[in-house]
Amino acid sequence: MSVSTNPSARGRKAAAAPARRVRRLSGRDKVVLGLMVGIPTLIQLVLVWIPTLMSVGLSFTRWNGLELTDIKPAGVENYQFIAQDYPPFWPAMQHNVLWLAFLALVATPLGLLLAVLLDQNIRGTRIYQSIFFAPVMLSLALIGIIWQLFYNRDSGLLNFLLGTAGTPQAVDWFGDSSVNIWAALFAATWRHAGYVMILYLAGLKGVDPTLREAAQIDGANAVQTFFQVVFPAMRPVNVIIIVITVIESLRAFDIVYVINRGTNGLELISALVIQNLVGEGQVIGIGSALAVILLVISLIPITFYLSRAFGKDKEA
Amino acid sequence: MSIAHPTDAAAAGSPADARQRSSGPGRTGPRPGRPANNKQGKKHYGTHVFLIVMAAIWLVPLAWAIFTALRPKADTDKYGYFSTGGAFNFDNFAQAWTQGGFSQLFWNSVLITVPSVFLILFFASMMAFAVSRVSWKFNITLLIMFTAGNLLPPQVLAAPLFEMFKHFELPYAVSDSGNLLNTYISVIAVDTAFQIGFVTFVLSNYMKALSPELTEAALVDGAGVWRQYWDIILPLCRPALAAMGTLEVIFIYNDFFWPLLFIQSGDRLPVTTAINNLQGQFLSNYNLIAAGAMITAVPALIIYLLLQRHFVAGLTLGSSKG
Repeated sequence: MSVSTNPSARGRKAAAAPARRVRRLSGRDKVVLGLMVGIPTLIQLVLVWIPTLMSVGLSFTRWNGLELTDIKPAGVENYQFIAQDYPPFWPAMQHNVLWLAFLALVATPLGLLLAVLLDQNIRGTRIYQSIFFAPVMLSLALIGIIWQLFYNRDSGLLNFLLGTAGTPQAVDWFGDSSVNIWAALFAATWRHAGYVMILYLAGLKGVDPTLREAAQIDGANAVQTFFQVVFPAMRPVNVIIIVITVIESLRAFDIVYVINRGTNGLELISALVIQNLVGEGQVIGIGSALAVILLVISLIPITFYLSRAFGKDKEA
Repeated sequence: MSIAHPTDAAAAGSPADARQRSSGPGRTGPRPGRPANNKQGKKHYGTHVFLIVMAAIWLVPLAWAIFTALRPKADTDKYGYFSTGGAFNFDNFAQAWTQGGFSQLFWNSVLITVPSVFLILFFASMMAFAVSRVSWKFNITLLIMFTAGNLLPPQVLAAPLFEMFKHFELPYAVSDSGNLLNTYISVIAVDTAFQIGFVTFVLSNYMKALSPELTEAALVDGAGVWRQYWDIILPLCRPALAAMGTLEVIFIYNDFFWPLLFIQSGDRLPVTTAINNLQGQFLSNYNLIAAGAMITAVPALIIYLLLQRHFVAGLTLGSSKG
């Protein structure tokens, strides 16, 4: 395994250098290195990976969260209960899928479109970028509040613009369970599109300009050039965007929690986990089983990303 | 937005990017207009119309919140929210600040954010140094573990962490809950653990791109591992550290979930989590809620205006390898 993934002239050197370096490590250096690796690794194990495994373990038990001796084995009961007798579960799964579909089909393409338009030398591109980027700085909790002010039935701007304010047709956009998931998705898009735009702007700057010129000389129009040359050349960024989009849709929590704690039309798996862990009647087993379901789904994009990010290193 | 330097340096760690680099002529420094665009001499009227409409849609929710926040409740009651009648002033901001206890909430945010960001940068840079500058058996394995950890949804670890902290007994002199719950230590520890993975990944790519000769020369001079890390590599990573520092300040300041889970006393919550309580506290006084929301946006706004370049560099550094 080589330390260096740098190609060209340094490849030969890099292959020889590590062996020499390792041999030169003194006893003291080894202790120092051990600490430099050991402390962060210990933190990571104790606060991230061991709890993850404990979630898996707890999902097969029944526990009220009080005394450790109260933990009773329960087999797959928790999973059976969730699938068969827990009404919010399937709506939550549907909402998570809808969240992913909306981000993937609306928010992400919108961000890409904005990036492509702003990457041209048009006037005021900096101003546009700053406007679309602003929501990325805000927390999703704050975004929930800002959109609440916009969506409110009686004081929100949207109903005034639609001319329904004060009439019986006025919609409570975050309160009405038939529309609130869509209202929340627009609010989430407000942030996600700006995020995608920034990443693609950087990606577009990294595309070799001679590629475009070659395509244009070959007679490709702007759309062909983009989809057949530029977009494939941004593969590393595309991978990141796919991963971010999937992970964000699994992590979605803050915004629905601020609106109504993830109930009444806004159920998401992440919110159900928390509803089962806090408050009265803690059912840690059920909450953990939901967490494990979330974990298993998350492992798909995580594995995809890791294989792309580290695959090359491993071959080396 | 000159993000060229750090992005390039980090991208150099990946063979795919390096190939691109070597074939492109002089890809360093901000490049003035791409020749391909000069060809399109036509005016972008359609593009401008689209962008102006989108920008207006983007600004409306923020503008509406500010507009509502600037108007006294009495005037909006009298003229309606959708009107321009009455006064415009900062009374709601002053009232929200005192009534919401914002000075305490902001202090709480500082107490969580500052130690977390320093610990993250410190631990992650040590780890990144060890996995990128020294060759040993498990460095890729560890790097994969660190990167994967950062991608997990936080809710996956919520129950065990909550129970671990609840059963971690402390003397009442240290913590009035008798355990780690309701303390800043719990939030700082988990924020640090969660973010170390991402920052380690980014910094290790950055460090890999630094020439091996740098530390080899130091080795010849008899410099130990710590001196190589602290005196040679870290100063060279300043752009990446500035970018990651800015990004993490925003990430931790914006973190809603961990304080929600671990901190029970309302007066100990950081700003971002406390805004969840604004609606109950201000009893559907939307003008006050709007003012409170805008107050919490101020730190993000300051970073947006002063350090946007570092923030963007941080975001794109994280995505330059894939």
